[in-house]
Amino acid sequence: MMLSRNILVQVLWAYLLCGWTFGSELTFELPDNAKQCFYEDITIGTKCTLEFQVVTGGHYDVDCRLEDADGTVLYKEMKKQYDSFTFTAAKNGTYKFCFSNEFSTFTHKTVYFDFQVGEDPPLFPNENRVTALTQMESACVSIHEALKSVIDYQTHFRLREAQGRSRAEDLNTRVAFWSIGEALILLVVSISQVVLLRSFFSDRKTTTTRVGS
Amino acid sequence: MVSVKCILGSVYALYFHIGETEKKCFIEEIPDETMVIGKYRTQLWDKQMGSFLQTSPGLGMHVEIKDPDTKIILSRQYGSDGRFTFTSHTPGEHQICLHSNSTKMALFAGGKLRVHLDIQVGEHTNNYPEIAAKDKLTELQLRARQLLDQVEQIQKEQNYQQYREERFRMTSESTNQHVLWWSIAQTLILIFTGIWQLKHLKSFFEAKKLV
Repeated sequence: MMLSRNILVQVLWAYLLCGWTFGSELTFELPDNAKQCFYEDITIGTKCTLEFQVVTGGHYDVDCRLEDADGTVLYKEMKKQYDSFTFTAAKNGTYKFCFSNEFSTFTHKTVYFDFQVGEDPPLFPNENRVTALTQMESACVSIHEALKSVIDYQTHFRLREAQGRSRAEDLNTRVAFWSIGEALILLVVSISQVVLLRSFFSDRKTTTTRVGS
Repeated sequence: MVSVKCILGSVYALYFHIGETEKKCFIEEIPDETMVIGKYRTQLWDKQMGSFLQTSPGLGMHVEIKDPDTKIILSRQYGSDGRFTFTSHTPGEHQICLHSNSTKMALFAGGKLRVHLDIQVGEHTNNYPEIAAKDKLTELQLRARQLLDQVEQIQKEQNYQQYREERFRMTSESTNQHVLWWSIAQTLILIFTGIWQLKHLKSFFEAKKLV
């Protein structure tokens, strides 16, 4: 009786502990005409957030689609640069989200996404909270939450800065090549204008009747 | 009991599919002296059973990590379940690439792999229950340690941000210089070629006795 109760408690703890999962934050490259899907098993009632941002490439946009375990589309947006979507899992099962660059013919994109599932695991998994948190402990918890949002803002800032920097570097290369190209075209056109004019008069030298002579 | 459930369950939460010979790369833009821990689990598609095998002996993954200067800092082969760690020494974009050790040619390899991946960066790599046990910290001390780690990460990121802003500013100033000098150069070329054209044509027509 005691043994089976122990086992039951263990199983419940196992389920509880594994219900806490970290978020997954990844940056990957999406080639042109490609689609990349990610899957995650989510239990019912878990609050999840999907956030994505296109870091480099083309017009900095991507198609995103989020489906639940039965294939019902929960979120679908075309050509979005940045978005954040929060939902509570209504079913158990494998949720799937896909990023598509199929509308683009030759630009590959770098996409960042952050998929938060559930809450962060508690610092002390073995504690059984009978007493409330002391003032110091709850102050620590609020500082921890505030710092987490600071880190989150920093990440967003870093991504926006990477986007801006990529545009600036593109501009720099384009300006350099175009300037050199234009200078060369200028020289070539002016020299060939003179050569062409000379050739007109050289050909008709013998046949031209001189006006007013 | 707990660990058994965790291993079979959702520890490596997110997964994706790749071809057998396909290489998949992820980018981590991190400041220097930051630790990154990556954990993965691979499952091979079994055509007969029509599902992914739970364990795939003989399947290995090659992990290659490049630093921002595209120098390889880690290039190792692991089994179907692996854990890799590295610490960045230069700030910037590090590239983590995974591909299986399948020796089949790309055309004939029709297999599919399911890769569970979890990459933790910076203060997320710390295992606080382990630190508490090792240093024998009280709850408050452990919370303070966690806050200190978070603040350290914020500080490193701010330093990196300063370095990147400088690079951005240099790129913008270089563009500005390009636009300025090339505009002046093109205007001068225009003026001089115009003058040369007129002089040359005038002497040409005088020589041909047309003027």
